[in-house]
Amino acid sequence: MTASANAGSTEQALIFELSKPGRVAYSLPPCDVPEVPASELIPAAMLRETPAALPEVYEVDVVRHYTALSRRNFGVDNGFYPLGSCTMKYNPKINEDTARFAGFAKIHPYQPEESIQGALQLLYTLQNDLAALTGMDQVTLQPAAGAHGEWTGLMMIRAYHESRGEHRTKVIVPDSSHGTNPASATVAGFETVTIKSDERGMVDLNALRAAVGSDTAALMLTNPSTLGLFEEQIVEIAAIIHEAGGLLYYDGANSNAIMGIARPGDMGFDVVHLNLHKTMSTPHGGGGPGAGPVGVKRRLIPFLPKPIVARREDGTYFFDYDLPQSIGRVKAYYGNFGILVRAYTYIRTYGPEGLRHVSECAVLNANYMMARLAPHYEIPYPGVCKHEFVMSGRGLKPYGVRTLDVAKRLLDFGYHPPTIYFPLNVEECIMIEPTETESKETLDGFIDTMIRIAEEARTNPELVLNAPYDTVVRRLDETTAARKPVLNCACS
Amino acid sequence: MPNLHRYIPMTEQDQADMLATIGVSSVEALFRDIPEAIRYRGTLPISGALDEFSLLEHMKALAGRNADTDRYKSFLGAGIYDHHLPVVINHMISRSEFYTAYTPYQPEISQGELQAIFEFQSYICELTGMKVANASMYDGVTALSEAGALAAGATKRKQLIVSRAVHPEAREALRTMARGLNLDIAEVGFANGVTDLAALREAVTADTAAVLVQSPNFFGAVEDLAAIEPIVHGVKGLFVVSANPMALGLLETPGKLGADICVGDAQPLGISQSLGGPTCGFFAVAEPLMRRMPGRIVGQTTDIDGKRGFVLTLQAREQHIRREKATSNICSNQALLALCASIYLSTMGKQGLLDAAHLNLQKAHYAAGELAKRGFALPFGAPFFNEFVVKLPDGVSVHETNLKLLDAGFLGGYDLGIAYPELKGHMLVAVTEKRTRQEIDSFAGKLEEVAV
Repeated sequence: MTASANAGSTEQALIFELSKPGRVAYSLPPCDVPEVPASELIPAAMLRETPAALPEVYEVDVVRHYTALSRRNFGVDNGFYPLGSCTMKYNPKINEDTARFAGFAKIHPYQPEESIQGALQLLYTLQNDLAALTGMDQVTLQPAAGAHGEWTGLMMIRAYHESRGEHRTKVIVPDSSHGTNPASATVAGFETVTIKSDERGMVDLNALRAAVGSDTAALMLTNPSTLGLFEEQIVEIAAIIHEAGGLLYYDGANSNAIMGIARPGDMGFDVVHLNLHKTMSTPHGGGGPGAGPVGVKRRLIPFLPKPIVARREDGTYFFDYDLPQSIGRVKAYYGNFGILVRAYTYIRTYGPEGLRHVSECAVLNANYMMARLAPHYEIPYPGVCKHEFVMSGRGLKPYGVRTLDVAKRLLDFGYHPPTIYFPLNVEECIMIEPTETESKETLDGFIDTMIRIAEEARTNPELVLNAPYDTVVRRLDETTAARKPVLNCACS
Repeated sequence: MPNLHRYIPMTEQDQADMLATIGVSSVEALFRDIPEAIRYRGTLPISGALDEFSLLEHMKALAGRNADTDRYKSFLGAGIYDHHLPVVINHMISRSEFYTAYTPYQPEISQGELQAIFEFQSYICELTGMKVANASMYDGVTALSEAGALAAGATKRKQLIVSRAVHPEAREALRTMARGLNLDIAEVGFANGVTDLAALREAVTADTAAVLVQSPNFFGAVEDLAAIEPIVHGVKGLFVVSANPMALGLLETPGKLGADICVGDAQPLGISQSLGGPTCGFFAVAEPLMRRMPGRIVGQTTDIDGKRGFVLTLQAREQHIRREKATSNICSNQALLALCASIYLSTMGKQGLLDAAHLNLQKAHYAAGELAKRGFALPFGAPFFNEFVVKLPDGVSVHETNLKLLDAGFLGGYDLGIAYPELKGHMLVAVTEKRTRQEIDSFAGKLEEVAV
């Protein structure tokens, strides 16, 4: 186990528990204007009766507290993080530096456009680069995350159909889709129709034909799918949907497999979102912020959220609000700009050939891991995979060991476990995505550990069932947490 | 695969060994499942690669073309504020154990993030006076939309009433969301810079799911929440308040004043302006609405040895479990910015937040007084926090004025005419703790000189 997720074996105090009246960690400018009592400026009834019970600590407490918390956390910089469908690749340090340049971090969304031409040029270029990468005609950078992009795309699809006087109510998703797909469909006012995958893990064309009709608004598809398989029938699928008058939505969560190799636009997709925090290396931040830009084909451009960034003939850039059929705004200002700066920086470390190399290496790594693990874990969909693959842990069930236990045992060896129990259509699922930034030595170390755990499960299942042993806490009581929720420290 | 790149460890030998293990002869063979008709065979027409040094130079050049608040004195707010960021924040959020981790799905190795979120939830409850808070939303604007959606679901009603004194972009996003969920939006006007209570009384009906207000509102004015509450609850709607968390250092909590949902943007709490994003939305509710909340929630529990620990909880609400029946589609949130806000509040502490809020209040009122002295009209009389409305002389363009201010080293206030036709020629001026008396005097003098 690495030291980082392992640091200290005692309970970590809450910041509130460190408080001692009279200590301060702040330093503010002086009040150099004549002071007036607050109650003369704001009616007393509107003023807070008791100050917020924030902790009273000094700066060293703050630094040690958050340093201690960071040591109880595991990130990509700590070790291998093969979390399927999350693309936990290395987050380049240069991205962190450029996003912090004052000219990017210290600018305001309502400054005159004349005073942010550098930022606008970056946004404009990124729009175009992402459009080219996905084979789309225009891109909005406004959505804050993948799910937000899905909903934005579906709202555009809805507006498109309505503009043609059509009332289409249903969105089709495969059973292997991300949970956000049906959830986004609901928030966009659609009903979800879930169709089964066939025995090869592909969309079942007969089930699709049966589900499609004049009420079909869209099909949402991840390609490669969450099983790590490229949907070989994609051209036929697109034809089926388009002939019925529906549109195709591409969930770009798995784009790391196909950059420069195949483009959603060429496959027949009409709307695409990308997760820049996956494919474009921007850090996941412990759960965000991300960015979920959405690309569309020409016929959907009129419905994009306002504004998009445009360029005048004289070479200056501006926010274009002239989109009369726009679905409106989906977020404040222009999206998660700080993340967009990182993504643009990343694209420029690679260029077009480099990005294709990224995808080739990601796919090679995944196939290598699958080949080496195949003798030890059941591979439900053999053949070639793309950037990730799924295994089933059900072979260990006779020993009383489940996929969850394998994942917990991995923690003792210093690995972040793969995604487990997803997708839902694979029993005891283990979904592994190595990414391109891991070495053969790292992959071999993880594979050997997985083989060892399978062996432990057969010979000494108790060892696996009681894991982890070396973490700062061991298995946690999630049932009580949900039944009797304690969601804050109720400090006052 | 010829290219060597500093982020990719694949050597020719590695590649040969791995292909041999897989049992294929080339990398190309791994893509045989992609039909040739849809293979991309060209070179993507995207920006080219740069070496590290050249890339830094390029990025510096782009950044250098933006007028940043290190070089310009900002009087611009309207939702994003130029506050001082305590230096410890950047050092702590740069710990890569935080920023290179994903959502804490494996609690045993994610206790740091989980505890940080638990503390964030505690901070938000303490500031807002609400019982329960979640782990964060994309921003304050989308948090308000989610509050509207929650209210409609909880009351099984269709109508949302929103004050026109709410941030115009929040109202735009709310309209987009309402179209998706087939909800109706009605807007209520303002008088003297705050929500028109007589109009609100007229507007509420038995189908009102929620009344949504902002305080301090978009004009910087403090709403009389105590007077709005009975109007909303009189028709059994939910009372949704969007709040500025720094102002809550000074102002009575929405929770105490009867809010059912309190949302807002944590940007004033130590988060960079960054052209408006990423920031961090917060979302807090009264206890009966707990299981209807969107997004991640962290709860305290114990491990098998009885040790305190933290986990993601109440997950039965969420998309990865409930799919189309989830309370929201949100998955990723703004965890790293929630951490910023927590570190800010830890640094400021009880006295610091109060002092920061007080400095904003004092300096904004001083600035308003100086502008009034120079003959500018302040059309709204309602009490305000750190932002207020100034009317420029008749016929003077706010945009043109701001370009002149820019030449003098100032970022002037927001042009209210963009979102409120009746407020053409009005500027929304924000003054934070960073502005000195001298800067305020000089800004007021310059505005008097150029706004003619």
